[in-house]
Amino acid sequence: MQPRTEAARAQQPWLDREPWRVTATRRESHDTVTLELEPPAGRTFSFQPGQFNMLYAFGVGEVPISVSGDPEAPGPVRHTIRDMGAVTHALCARQAGQEVGVRGPYGTHWPVAEAEGGDVVVVAGGVGMPPMRSAFYHLIAHRDRYRRIVLLYGARTPADLLYPDELSSWRGRFDLDVQVTVDTAAGDWRGGVGVVPDLIGSAPFDPAATTAFMVGPEVMMRFTIRALMRAGVPDERIFLSAERNMHCAAAMCGHCQIGPFFVCRDGPVFSCRALGPWLRRREA
Amino acid sequence: METLEHELRSHPFVGDLQPAYLTLLASLARNVEFAAGAFLFREGARADRCYLLREGRVALEIATMARGHIIVQTLGAGEVAGFSWLLEPHEWQFDGRAIEPVRAVALDGDAVRAKCEEDPRLGFELMRRFAHLATGRLQSTRLRLLDVYGTAHATPH
Repeated sequence: MQPRTEAARAQQPWLDREPWRVTATRRESHDTVTLELEPPAGRTFSFQPGQFNMLYAFGVGEVPISVSGDPEAPGPVRHTIRDMGAVTHALCARQAGQEVGVRGPYGTHWPVAEAEGGDVVVVAGGVGMPPMRSAFYHLIAHRDRYRRIVLLYGARTPADLLYPDELSSWRGRFDLDVQVTVDTAAGDWRGGVGVVPDLIGSAPFDPAATTAFMVGPEVMMRFTIRALMRAGVPDERIFLSAERNMHCAAAMCGHCQIGPFFVCRDGPVFSCRALGPWLRRREA
Repeated sequence: METLEHELRSHPFVGDLQPAYLTLLASLARNVEFAAGAFLFREGARADRCYLLREGRVALEIATMARGHIIVQTLGAGEVAGFSWLLEPHEWQFDGRAIEPVRAVALDGDAVRAKCEEDPRLGFELMRRFAHLATGRLQSTRLRLLDVYGTAHATPH
């Protein structure tokens, strides 16, 4: 069978059946694993920060997973996966040399170009850190294009924090402001204990010239949006990545629909102005 | 005294009070420092101070036999550590431990309460601020009770 062209893939991505190979795995926490995946021979892959792929564990099912690696770095494509159900469990159990089905990338991306020239506040909660990491890599790689860069990251406990080595490295830089907080911790924890929205008040940024990116639990994002808007950041400069139960990733099945939006096609990255009113609806 | 007034003026919790009230509070205040690991207050002890944090961080924590000491919340510069002094039984409910070197302005809780009794306008203004503070901490606690990073965080595929 002849390999499909990129144009054909773009037209009918769900027919892409050539498996990708796992080149390495890394356990990030007790329930979270990063897979490094290599495309089939002859296939190139590029993505924008914030986009996702549909990963398929053969015979089990398919899930949307954000690409968590550096969008400008060559080499394997990284996905960080939390073991939450049958499919993610099967993916987290993959070993180097095994295969995974991949189709994508899908969805909208973080507006990193539009944020240039101003401050950027990046907010991540829990397993929201992986989709944000690709954007953070971009911001760091183009540090001179932004003014202050602030990362606010929250997790349940210190053991749940992802990428601790990178966090430590970023915290050591004078040109980044990185604040980490957890819901609860033992007495030997040196970081913060509290909730992410409470970090907004003391974070150093100019609200009038700030673009905010956030991803995490919906409740956390709602409270963080309120805190950002109280601080003076306009809602059209606040962007969030929505989580929904995506199945087709082609805006056909309707599983990921929120009001008029298909998250797989119109998202996952939305402006708060567009999506905000739908977050508070009981039925959307 | 001028230094204390200046420090109170630059603290977000009281900085916008009327100048006369800042002068009054400065007369009831003193600068304090704590080394990392030192306790600002201990659970069960009489609560007679209010700490307006200027530098460093404080952990509010509780000691348990089963799990050692657990940090309930951390507070930093610009925040207030402790409002047990305000209401009866004037007893600290948690330990307050410096996790970094801390500089703070300590207000004499008994004296501040007495001044609030004498001047209800000052009393209302301070109570309003502490009510705002307590409400914010209650909301943060509710958010944590939701365990947003737990199973509710993601669709269980």
